[in-house]
Amino acid sequence: MSTTTDRVMRTADGLPLKLSLQKALARSRLRAALLVLPLLGFLVVAFLLPIGDMLFRSVDNRIVGSILPRTALAIQGWDADGTELPGEAVFEALVRDMQAAAKERTLGRAARRLNYEKPGMSSLFRKSGRRAKRITGPSWRDRLIGIDKRWADINVWRLIHRESGALTGSYFLSAVDLSLNDRAELVRQPEPRRIYLTLFGRTVWMSGLITVLCLLLAYPVAYLLATQPLRVSNLLMILVLLPFWTSLLVRTTSWIALLQTEGVLNDLLVFAGLISEDGRLQMIHNKFGTFVAMVHILLPFMILPLYSVMKTIPPSLMRAARSLGATPFTAFVRVYMPNTVSGVGAGCIMVFILSIGYYITPALVGGRTGTFISNFIAIHVSETLNWGLAAALGVLLLGLVLALYLLYDRIVGIDNMKLG
Amino acid sequence: MIESGSSVVRFDRVQKSYDGETLVIKDLNLEIEAGEFLTMLGPSGSGKTTCLMMLAGFEPATHGEIYLNGRPINNVAPHRRDIGMVFQNYALFPHMTVAENLAFPLQVRRLSRADVQARVERVLHMVRLSGFGSRRPAQLSGGQQQRVAVARALVFEPALILMDEPLGALDKNLREEMQYEIKHIHETLGVTVIYVTHDQTEALTMSSRIAVFNDGVIQQLAAPSVLYEEPENCFVAQFIGENNRLQGTVESVDGAFCRVALDDGERVRALNVNVDGEREPTTLSLRPERVAIDPKGEAADNVVSGRVEELIYLGDHIRARLTVAGNDAFIVKVPNAQGHASLREGARVRLGWAAEDCRALDAPGTGSAPG
Repeated sequence: MSTTTDRVMRTADGLPLKLSLQKALARSRLRAALLVLPLLGFLVVAFLLPIGDMLFRSVDNRIVGSILPRTALAIQGWDADGTELPGEAVFEALVRDMQAAAKERTLGRAARRLNYEKPGMSSLFRKSGRRAKRITGPSWRDRLIGIDKRWADINVWRLIHRESGALTGSYFLSAVDLSLNDRAELVRQPEPRRIYLTLFGRTVWMSGLITVLCLLLAYPVAYLLATQPLRVSNLLMILVLLPFWTSLLVRTTSWIALLQTEGVLNDLLVFAGLISEDGRLQMIHNKFGTFVAMVHILLPFMILPLYSVMKTIPPSLMRAARSLGATPFTAFVRVYMPNTVSGVGAGCIMVFILSIGYYITPALVGGRTGTFISNFIAIHVSETLNWGLAAALGVLLLGLVLALYLLYDRIVGIDNMKLG
Repeated sequence: MIESGSSVVRFDRVQKSYDGETLVIKDLNLEIEAGEFLTMLGPSGSGKTTCLMMLAGFEPATHGEIYLNGRPINNVAPHRRDIGMVFQNYALFPHMTVAENLAFPLQVRRLSRADVQARVERVLHMVRLSGFGSRRPAQLSGGQQQRVAVARALVFEPALILMDEPLGALDKNLREEMQYEIKHIHETLGVTVIYVTHDQTEALTMSSRIAVFNDGVIQQLAAPSVLYEEPENCFVAQFIGENNRLQGTVESVDGAFCRVALDDGERVRALNVNVDGEREPTTLSLRPERVAIDPKGEAADNVVSGRVEELIYLGDHIRARLTVAGNDAFIVKVPNAQGHASLREGARVRLGWAAEDCRALDAPGTGSAPG
């Protein structure tokens, strides 16, 4: 044992060297940690916790259980797969719950929650809630069915049974246009309610096309920026950055002014005689409007990473290729472009991820056909107040972005990414 | 246009201006023979790299014509010139392996796959990098990258290779090693090399001829030994090797020699190389190793006195700084041989040198290309 301790390297004072090193490093680590602590605290409180809470709402199902606690407890013992209605005790629990909830005016929330799953539940609960005050004794079951004979429908009870647990997957099912039918089988939503998959699809393909358009437009600009003499490239850079610094809303609304049917562009076309007064083009509040405005707004996010990568490519590389016998085209394709891959990757992933979650521009110029999934998330958050569904859609969007990010990492490698 | 059969490159009255106001290259006439190792030597901004860029096709000549193997190439695109080029920072393609870098010039020439592979192997062997083919340039040391760059310029067997300060990024030892290596490759393959550098040692080591550039003009074009021993003007004398300068006025011209009165009144005899005539100012150029301290009479045509200012012991020789004829940076190398003169700082000594070693050149300011 003493031999092993003898082998430990020691400092001049006899302390083990490793311990001493750790002490010395600990101080600098602590200092580094203290420096980021304020931001970390801010992020946790203002960002991570709210987002975590929001994401949890996509599976959170405590509404029914907390507003109808007795029912939730009593219905656990009932065989939902059977053919018989629950027993008298469950009916009694529901009546008492409804009486309590009506007094606290919380019944509406439970009713709305159940209505997401089965239309008509809201009216059933509201009607029964008003009249349940008068029910004071047995037979609970007959008197409740007396108020509304839908209480004799076993599917209503199955629904209450299903949704009285603490967690639910039904928001996620709605988010991909599925639902559970009365027998708890997966079915597609009825035709007019199938909107989210279409929206996800549209968000992805439109973002993809926006990314491609941005790349095509940004590549030559970035090349000019990186290769022109400083005086020219500085001017160009200002032209790129000026819109970038201008408010998003200003830029989006100016596109509305330009592109609307009574807008500048249509006026010009009519004036030039290219289109007739009746044939004014619909260029905004549709997909076209979204493309134009989004490409314009996201273009700097493509140009800047491309520029920063191109800036590092020495001009002698192209000269070397030329002197070795490559035509300008071959030199560009085989030598220049491969060296810009990291910039292309960074720009594309940036534009695509920004685009896929973009809200304000599609909302303003997208009309009915050019809106993205984020617009519907916003609608569910602020208008229909179906936060569970909004959260489920958000989780899916987040998952989609993360999946694409991982895919990118596998193909290009995140370490190769240069953001500027 | 007189065509000399063996010249690979000919610059014919070439001028170059970037801004239309000043000439970077002023009337360049230069013929380079096949198999030559010609170095363009000069300070930065002297126009030597511009010359190379014009030859490679990356800069157009403003006036005049450049001939490659007797063919004017002003309107030939760089990729059609078949000139190998080694760049200052190698310009290896970072996204390709060493073998892919070497294969690139062959692939764009549409050689067969087997041919490409064979040639790449051969050239890798030549630069002693066999087995490094699958590495990326970033995984190689500076010297190895340098060898790959040379190999890439050689692999498609061009008759002419341009090298633009290729050893500038290497440390001193490696630089010397690579100098010999490039020299040997040149000797083995017999290609014509045009080499640009600002390092005179490099130029003296490797070249068969050196063109000393200054101010857009070739100051002197000669073999290294001629350049060192017989500089034709003040700039060349000063730029190549160590040199003592003494200012004076020509008193009389006497065939190959002339008498010059130094600024402090002493008179010396010097070789008449490039003086404007009697009573004109001149600069005498004198190599430090050709000056003897306390000359024993017979060897010295000229004897002047000087004061020892500083002595630096350098092992094999002692470097003495003296004041001679008002010039306090007059250097004499005293060999550390048996019985050498012992000097003390502050002492007055007599210095002597032969008239042939003391070259009367143009005075500074009037410096011009030799006619």
